[in-house]
Amino acid sequence: MKITKHDVEHVAELARLRFTEGELEVFTGQMNTILSYFDTLQQLDTAGVEAATHAVNRSNAFRDDQIRPSLSGEEALKNAPAHERSCFKVPRIIEG
Amino acid sequence: MTKALYQMTIHELHELLKKGAVSSREITQAVYQRIDAVEPRVHAYITLTREAALKQAAAADEKIQRGLIQPLTGIPLGIKDLLCTAGIRTTCGSKILEQFIPPYDATVIRLLKEQDAVFVGKTNMDEFAMGSSTETSFFGPTANPWDLERVPGGSSGGSAAAVAADECIAALGTDTGGSIRQPAACCGIVGMKPSYGRVSRFGLVAFASSLDQIGPMTRDVEDAAQLLNYISGHDPQDSTSVNREAPDYTRALLRDVKGLKLGVPKEYFAQSGIDPEVEKAVWAALRILERQGATLTEITLPHTEYAVAAYYIIAPAEASSNLARYDGVKYGYRSSGETDLRDMYEITRSEGFGAEVKRRIMLGTYALSAGYYDAYYGKASQVRTLIRQDFEEAFRSCDLIVTPTAPTPPFCLGEKLNNPLQMYLSDIFTIPANLAGLPGISLPCGFNSQGLPLGLQIIGNLFEEEKIIRGAYCLEQNSDWHYTKPSLA
Repeated sequence: MKITKHDVEHVAELARLRFTEGELEVFTGQMNTILSYFDTLQQLDTAGVEAATHAVNRSNAFRDDQIRPSLSGEEALKNAPAHERSCFKVPRIIEG
Repeated sequence: MTKALYQMTIHELHELLKKGAVSSREITQAVYQRIDAVEPRVHAYITLTREAALKQAAAADEKIQRGLIQPLTGIPLGIKDLLCTAGIRTTCGSKILEQFIPPYDATVIRLLKEQDAVFVGKTNMDEFAMGSSTETSFFGPTANPWDLERVPGGSSGGSAAAVAADECIAALGTDTGGSIRQPAACCGIVGMKPSYGRVSRFGLVAFASSLDQIGPMTRDVEDAAQLLNYISGHDPQDSTSVNREAPDYTRALLRDVKGLKLGVPKEYFAQSGIDPEVEKAVWAALRILERQGATLTEITLPHTEYAVAAYYIIAPAEASSNLARYDGVKYGYRSSGETDLRDMYEITRSEGFGAEVKRRIMLGTYALSAGYYDAYYGKASQVRTLIRQDFEEAFRSCDLIVTPTAPTPPFCLGEKLNNPLQMYLSDIFTIPANLAGLPGISLPCGFNSQGLPLGLQIIGNLFEEEKIIRGAYCLEQNSDWHYTKPSLA
């Protein structure tokens, strides 16, 4: 076993996901199978190999900071599940 | 036998439109009549945009009358539901975006609108493009038009099935680990993933940003070249799009491959449980290319067996970060009845995402988490370098690499749904090109004994799409598999 149900619960918390007891069982089993498969990578000696973070080597793409048209506030809020005046509305964070 | 309008290719319809022999309105209506007849069995679409499409067709006809026809003018296309379309809901096959209506167009959509193309609808897909069978869609699976009990491949299974079942003339898909090429193989059509950076990703809802590319899914290689012509190019809104001019890909539609060296990687044949009928079909196709003047040379891509593991660490790692945005605040589904913000995030995401998406978010979060980063993400990124170097080395001794697209013919619905690792392994031949950013195409290379379509993959060096098109076109012109259509009886 690479990870326990307890580990899966911890990862779920990091990922802002919640699982039922039954789902946790299934996920723990499946994740263990998959993580064991990932172990094949450990057979490879990668000492000194540079990590590739992209498919193609790129350098930063810079541009001038110019004012251009963008979404209006109204458009930006259109898909929000809840909004009020010009703000996204969420459950209260600060008490009082 | 004369073909119906909905069965024709882009280039055939373009000739008819140019002559005034047919209108875009007639083509579009014919496509919708076909959809009415077969869509209940195939389920290739999530959203159909009939009224808007007929308006686009009328506008295209007006342009044509004024002599303003372009190669894609008036052609009905299917669009994968991962590409943002202004005013038309874009769900990514997910409950969490079921009601999402983008306020802007993806760059590829804008480019196709400039061509006066017609959009038939948004095609079905695995949720957030995570899957190889289109079964993880919140809107239900798509059936393979060749055998309705089988999967169309994925994640662009809706686009592939729509093209194969004649529910559009051509379509756009996206490919992160094979999501254009594998469904193209499963449905007996042509699917091309361009080099990373060739096509702008602006407005493509991100799955794994270092791997995702948009590409054409078509009836033949000429259509793929034509469609690629109009979606390629630099876009200031995607800083990873390359700043080099895209050539006219139709100029690569040459009938011969004389002098081309085709590399055949032994790792794609000897190992990994390749179906004997797939292997036989690929070799028969290779012999055709050989007779047309290509030379075959055995090559080695020694790190192939590590590609799936590296990919299923890197892609979920990127996905876990990209999908953090779905929290019920700015857009998409929000759960009701939450008590505080944390609750709202967790319940929204747990109700809004399906099992495969959650699995990948979990894998990615784990691979990036403290204490495991080096062993998983760090290691996989190093292996990615080795895989890239394999290809760099191989392309010193060949022009193109030819492989099967998928190890097996399309499998049955439900067959791999509860075995994620088996599902992941169906991408074994397509993933390496994504990791290395290379262009690849899948095109028909015959049928198995049950009449299921088989696909052959051609991988090219970075930004050498023209060579791929040349090789693919030559094979297609010297075979007749692409003329065979599913009966859908």
